Amino acid sequence: MAEKNKYLMFLGCAIPYRVSAFEISARKVMQKLGVELVEMPEFNCCGLPLDPVSHEMMLILAARNLALAEQKGLNILTLCPGCAGTLKKVNKMLKEDKALREDINSHLKEAGLEFKGTIEAKHIMQALIEDIGLEKIKNAVVKPLTAFKVAEHNGCHILRPKEYIGFDDPEDPKTLKTLIEATGATCLDYMDETECCGAPSVGISDKIALQLARDKLNHVKMVGAQALVTICPFCHIMYDTNELRIEKMFNETYGIPILHYTQLLGLAMGILPEELAFNELRVDASKILKEAM
Amino acid sequence: MAEKEKERIKASEIDPKFKYEIAKMHGGEKLMRCFQCGTCTSDCPVARFSETYRPRQIIRMTQLGLKDRVLNSDTLWLCASCFTCTDRCPQDVEVASVIRVLRNLAAERGCIPQVFKEQAASILASGYAYKIPDLRIKKRESVGLPPLPRGNPESIRKTLCNVGFAKHIEKKGE
Ligand code: SF4
Ligand code: SF4
Repeated sequence: MAEKNKYLMFLGCAIPYRVSAFEISARKVMQKLGVELVEMPEFNCCGLPLDPVSHEMMLILAARNLALAEQKGLNILTLCPGCAGTLKKVNKMLKEDKALREDINSHLKEAGLEFKGTIEAKHIMQALIEDIGLEKIKNAVVKPLTAFKVAEHNGCHILRPKEYIGFDDPEDPKTLKTLIEATGATCLDYMDETECCGAPSVGISDKIALQLARDKLNHVKMVGAQALVTICPFCHIMYDTNELRIEKMFNETYGIPILHYTQLLGLAMGILPEELAFNELRVDASKILKEAM
Repeated sequence: MAEKEKERIKASEIDPKFKYEIAKMHGGEKLMRCFQCGTCTSDCPVARFSETYRPRQIIRMTQLGLKDRVLNSDTLWLCASCFTCTDRCPQDVEVASVIRVLRNLAAERGCIPQVFKEQAASILASGYAYKIPDLRIKKRESVGLPPLPRGNPESIRKTLCNVGFAKHIEKKGE
């Protein structure tokens, strides 16, 4: 059994590419909660971007990461639901399907690796709720954000396909709401909460992607949320980077800051906004921050 | 009128073995169970804003054996892989995975959008799907983040050396 307060940190590609605020705030929060994050220089992309091109290559790449983690005897912690989803899915597939496992291991052998199926991969949200626990999180909250009214957006790959992910209810997810409420903030319900952000369509059809994001922002605005809280780097990019563009394109005004959950939790734990990389957000969050202070 | 003519299916286009080919592949196994209820299309976020993208139609065309039409179509690449369809299909068809299987076959023919090709080539070259800007790598230290994992592209290529497709991408990515 791998430890519950020590993980191998899995960054993936999107976080180091352009979402460092998530990494910075997540590391601060985990440190305060007494969780140790071990660096793993050999990790590579989880494999997900290869799936549309070659399923086999995706399986091998994901299995390579899992096999490396097994050598350390620690569970993997990811910030990206895409990475978590891929590693969880492949872990389950290879554990359950002996023929597939043997096939993938024949490829890993070339690099001196073997998948055995001895560890788990978890997204930070899953680690927070299952391993660290709500009690401990609540106890760490020293500045409850009672003035905050926010909305949440989960991101698809932390929930679907449910057969492989097996975490929360994809049709009515509760974990992120519970975690938000643990900070003292109110989490508002809104229309089509589980709708995809559209990020995967960027570059294929920007128009479709932006329309999806616009829909979301409209629904969030409609219930009067002061911010939208995400736990996925891609969803965050989709909303934060494109909000101004969507405002211009569709002649709307939102002014809704997009916060990483770990920034919200960090604030409630008394960590200063400067330390949580609020300055990296494209949509100005100073108004909501003022209310928190 | 001309458009109509183009849409009309000719018997010669049909590959009756196509559906079996798909059903043999990982994720495509349950293709034949689809009874065309339309749940996938009606719940698909992309279909909501696209005039051409319809997962139910892709499934039906695949069942019918319209191989070239399916594999050469740009719309195949519109799927956002959100898996809503997979989770909601009353017949347990792994719709998103069937689409992925089709994409893999399309990619083998070279029908693959530039973004996907670039990401795959980047992973083989550096271990990352994107080229991480030097500025970002340097900035990590100043904001107190540990160094970026170097990955191990050498080892990645070793594990992928026996996958025919890896060679294909490397050539294309050069
Ligand atoms: S939801 Fe399932 S059964 Fe219904 S049309 Fe789509 S694939 Fe077919
Ligand atoms: S996985 Fe693709 S086809 Fe299925 S609902 Fe999502 S975008 Fe539509």
